[in-house]
This record gives sequence, structure tokens and C-alpha cells, in this order.
Amino acid sequence: MSALSTDLVKVLQRSELGWLLAILRDRGYTVVGPTIRDAAIVLDEIASVEDLPIGMTAEEGPGGYRLLPRSDDAVFGFGVGPSTAKRWLLPTSRILWRTRLIDGTLTVLPEVAEAKPVALFGIRACDLQAVDILDRVCAGGCYADSHYVAVRERLFTVAVDCADPPSTCFCTSMGGSPAAESGFDIRLTEIAGPPHRFLVDPGSEAGSAIVDALQAALASEEDLAARASQAGQASQRITKRLDCRGLREILERNAENRTWDEAATRCFACGSCTMVCPTCFCSTTKMSSSMLTGESECERQWDSCFSEQFSFIHGGSVRESTMSRYRQWVTHKLAAWHEQFGVSGCVGCGRCIAWCPAGIDITEVASTIRRSDVAAKRPTVGKEH
Amino acid sequence: MAHIAELPNVLNDSDPMIPRLMRVVKNRPETSNTFTLTLEDPDRIPFKFEPGQFNMVGIAGVGEVPVSVCGDPDSPMLVVHTIRAVGAITDALRRVVPGQFVMVRGPYGHGWPLREAEGHDVVIVCGGIGLAPMRPAVYRLLQARDRYGKCAMLYGTRTEKDILFKREFMRWRTRKDFRFELTLDRGRGVWRGNVGVVTDLISRLDVDAPNTIAMVCGYEMMMRFIVSSLIAQKLDPSRIFISMERNMKCGVGLCGHCQLRGTFVCRSGPVYRYSDIASLLPVREL
Repeated sequence: MSALSTDLVKVLQRSELGWLLAILRDRGYTVVGPTIRDAAIVLDEIASVEDLPIGMTAEEGPGGYRLLPRSDDAVFGFGVGPSTAKRWLLPTSRILWRTRLIDGTLTVLPEVAEAKPVALFGIRACDLQAVDILDRVCAGGCYADSHYVAVRERLFTVAVDCADPPSTCFCTSMGGSPAAESGFDIRLTEIAGPPHRFLVDPGSEAGSAIVDALQAALASEEDLAARASQAGQASQRITKRLDCRGLREILERNAENRTWDEAATRCFACGSCTMVCPTCFCSTTKMSSSMLTGESECERQWDSCFSEQFSFIHGGSVRESTMSRYRQWVTHKLAAWHEQFGVSGCVGCGRCIAWCPAGIDITEVASTIRRSDVAAKRPTVGKEH
Repeated sequence: MAHIAELPNVLNDSDPMIPRLMRVVKNRPETSNTFTLTLEDPDRIPFKFEPGQFNMVGIAGVGEVPVSVCGDPDSPMLVVHTIRAVGAITDALRRVVPGQFVMVRGPYGHGWPLREAEGHDVVIVCGGIGLAPMRPAVYRLLQARDRYGKCAMLYGTRTEKDILFKREFMRWRTRKDFRFELTLDRGRGVWRGNVGVVTDLISRLDVDAPNTIAMVCGYEMMMRFIVSSLIAQKLDPSRIFISMERNMKCGVGLCGHCQLRGTFVCRSGPVYRYSDIASLLPVREL
């Protein structure tokens, strides 16, 4: 879904940004936005604009993430942090069911988790694209994740254009852009000014209703021009590339490529990349029972294909080596995902690069495999020794 | 990729992660570590499945494992699983007694191509516990015997003590329209039957390759040898079907555990057309 026509774009002054947050809270949304915790900008519940990381940014590079003060008081002057929308759509752990003895009969009681309406305030375009991908994964097949569907149906998104993407970003290679173009209820564009202001652009009926309630002034031609030029500059700032041409086929025929072994010498199989990835969806189920009552419960938890037990069947793990687990992750994300869900599993947010303790860069690994593609290296006829 | 058009039947289509409790009717030891559970729905809801499909079977507080359905598809009031105790969960299942409840979700996945095989000769090759997922297909085959051409089943297992479903074999052996061959890796004492690997039996079969469909189940490594022998008998890879095994937590394509490259074994499999995954099997640790 694309934004409605530009004549609906409104403008909020910096001092008025709190109105939007107040209206969302007033309409019953739990507002989740970027805020500083444990020396990182994470997504969490926010009560007011003051909870946002005003005047802060984060320096990101392979294996590195550092909070820094900005020279201005930009509200959204940073890239993406370690948390993603999946924490709300696919909770890190959730009870699926409990057993109870009811009149002496063992009974399975499904645990219907409350799906409270959540407004993601300040979600980036790459993460919106990730939500679109998760929709296919969790609700697009013949069996849907009922909790996901319930949360997703109530989800409200306030997207923010990225003005200052860090060096780890490569969304422009993955069909995205730093500016949110679709899939949001409201799109915000922060313009440093002066005057410091926000363009507010509805992208859905629900978004329009909220924007109308703001009773804000219409954006001027000058505002829209500033938005367009800022989006163009942000795109140009993204220099990291992932060449996706034929990548699926290249990865599929390079399962035995030595590049995997080289990457595996650096990979700790810690699973950090799968935790920060906005589309990694794997989960496990854990059962436990109470010694006291004999009643038991089943809990679904995030899981990672980097763990040894992930692929365990009787006799051992299918993927014993770190090489095979790293290969599984990258090949799934960039190749197998197409067959499963019709799209790539990567949105180019760059989190896996910044949050990898070894600084392994998925774009570099993919391009090394492309350069050493087995098909491209076949000896030419007549050159036999 | 799916070779059976119908979607799998589901017991709880509202939420596939919620198990049903089924009452244990019988727990019968088959071999030293293999046992057969016969279960029934306390509400007498019939359990419909296609041969080759699996259930997630578990015990509250312990865990769930994927197990192929092993009973007769035409006896939907009973759910039968033949299981080998190889870990904590299957060991706990081995100890259940009649009257206790186990958890069942399913049936899931795609089964054997019994419809596609109609009008053709059928060769079934299996080893060890691989016989369990095959038994419902044999029931179906024998029940609608006139729909198929020549039918042969080759079964290999380690020793005489490891032979599953012996009583059934007696019945199958006496049928003139069903060729049943058994071979042991090691035959001792009074054993007068075949000794050797199951692939030896394949080379002795007179296969009408263009008119034959093969169904194979066993260890992944064993299946690769069986498939090579079948291809050596001029069988086309697209007419060979194999049942794959992977770790599964959900059984419905949501948990990500059972991926085999671009497929989920729980959804596209467990029974695959061999030609669809032939290039994946030789890759180590895929």
C-alpha cells in the first residue's frame, strides 16, 4: 500500500510531536519506540517524547555499536538498534498451553495470550519490510500462528524516514530505501530545519484518522521538497551493497565452497545475528511440569539455527559443524527463503553485521562466494593439462 | 513440489500447536527397544490420515517428537504408532501403560503417492524402523489390490530379534499377489532366510522400470544406497519416493527446525519425490 496523495501531508512542529504520541496512548495503544537501555537504542514502551533518544546517535560498524551524542537535538538521528518489531509479534517466549486436572481428568488448556494493541513509534522502512516478510512466514501458509495474527491485526505503525543511515546499512540493495514508502499507518519525516519539524503522512485509513485528529497544518511545497531531497541524500549515503543478481542460484550451487569454512573459522555460532535479525523466526518448544501439582506447561521460545541441538535427531545433529550452521543461516536468508516465501529473508538492516562479535559481514561473504562461484570456475575446454 | 493435492487433515484446525490427549489402549513391545502404542480419542473422534503422514506425539512435561502413523488408514478409531526408544521422550513413551494419556497433534505432511501409483507396479524398500511409516501404505495397497500392478516389498533389518510385525509378515507372505522378501544383516542359528543388505534383494527383482513406482524408507544413508540400486534398475528418479527425517518442534512449518534447503520436511515432506531433492542429499550437513 502506498501513501495517500501528498495533499494530505501535515506538518508538526518539534514541540508538537508529543501530540501524536498522546493521541496514540489515548486510543489505547501501548506505544513502543526507540529509547536508551544498557548503552544501546532499543525498542521499548515509551510514555512521552522525552523517552526518545533525543540528540543521540549510534556509531555502527562490523562487530561494533557505540552510542554517541549528536551535535544537534535530532529526535530520530540514529539507525537501527538491536531490537526489532518481532519482539512484539513473536514474543521471545510464550506459554502455548497448560495442563490441569479438572475433576480428576487431565485437560489441555490453550493459553490465549493477550494481544494488546501496540503502536510501533519510529519504526524504520527496513523493519516495515521485515514485518511484511514475517506476515508471509507466520500467517501466509496453510497453518497460521494465531498469536502473531492477533497482534499483527492490532498493530499500528508510525514509520520514520532514515536521514542518517549508518555504514552497516544496505537496504537499497534489498528493494528498500531509507525513506518509508509503503506498509505504514503514518510516516514521519524529521526535518532538522530550522524550524525543526516533522512531516506527517497517513498511509492507511487508521493512520488518516489519527492524522486528522492532530489538526495540524498542511505541509508546504517547501516541506515536501525538503523531504524529497533528504530522502535522496540518505539513499546516497548508503554505500554498502549486496549484489542480488542470481544470488539465489549462486548460493544453492556453492554449498561446498571454501568460503563457508573460512567464515566458520571466525563464527562463534553464538546466534547473535539470529537474535537481532528482524526476520529470523525459528522457535523451539520447552515443556516443564510442577513437582508440586503434577501440572505442566508448554512454552514456545526463540531458537537459533546456530545451536547444536537445533538439528538434533536420534544419533546426533544434522549440522554438527559451525560451517554447516553458518551456511544454513546465510543460504536460508538469501536463497531458500525465496522458495519458501517468495521473497528474500534479508532487508539489509545491517544488524547482523554490527552485532556479530566477530564482525562477520554477510555482504562480504556473499560477494566472496560470488567471486569464487564453482560454476564460474569451470575449466575451459581444451585447457586440460 | 507437493505430489498429493489435498492439504493434510488437521485435528485442531483452530490452533495447530494445541495437542489432543489420547488414551493409551495398548503398549506392546515389538523388539528390545521398539514398541507399538495403540491410542484412542476419548471423545471417539475418528482419526483420518494418509499413509506416510506423521503426528507430533508427546507426554506433558517431557516433550513431543514427530512419529509416522503406523496403523490402518481404514480403522480410524485407533491411532497406532510404532516407536523406537532412542531418547528421553521416546523412552518416556515406552513406559506408558493402558489408561494413561499421551498428547497427539496431526496428522501432518505429505504421504506416499498411492494415487499416483495406481495402475503401476509398486516396489517398497525399507530398512529397520523404516517399516513403520510404510505399513499403512501396505494396508492400503492390499485393500485396493486390483488398482495396482505387481507389488513387491523388500525389508532389511539387523538380526532376527529386530524383525518388526512378524505376525503381519505371515499374512503378507501367504498372499499370492504380494511378493514379500526379508533379509537380515546377520542370520544365526535356525535362520534359513536371506542374509545381506536390502539392496541385494533389489538386484534380484525383475523390475518393469517404466511402469514402476518405488517407495523407500530407512536411514538417510541406507536410502541413498537403495535409491542408487533402483536407479541401476533403470528406475527414473521422479518415480522414486523417499521419507525424510529432521528435527521438528511444530510440525506445521512455523518453527524452522526441519528445513531441507528451500523446503520444510514437515510441510513438503516427509515423503519427497526423490528427483526433487536428489541434488541436496549428497551435501554433507545440509
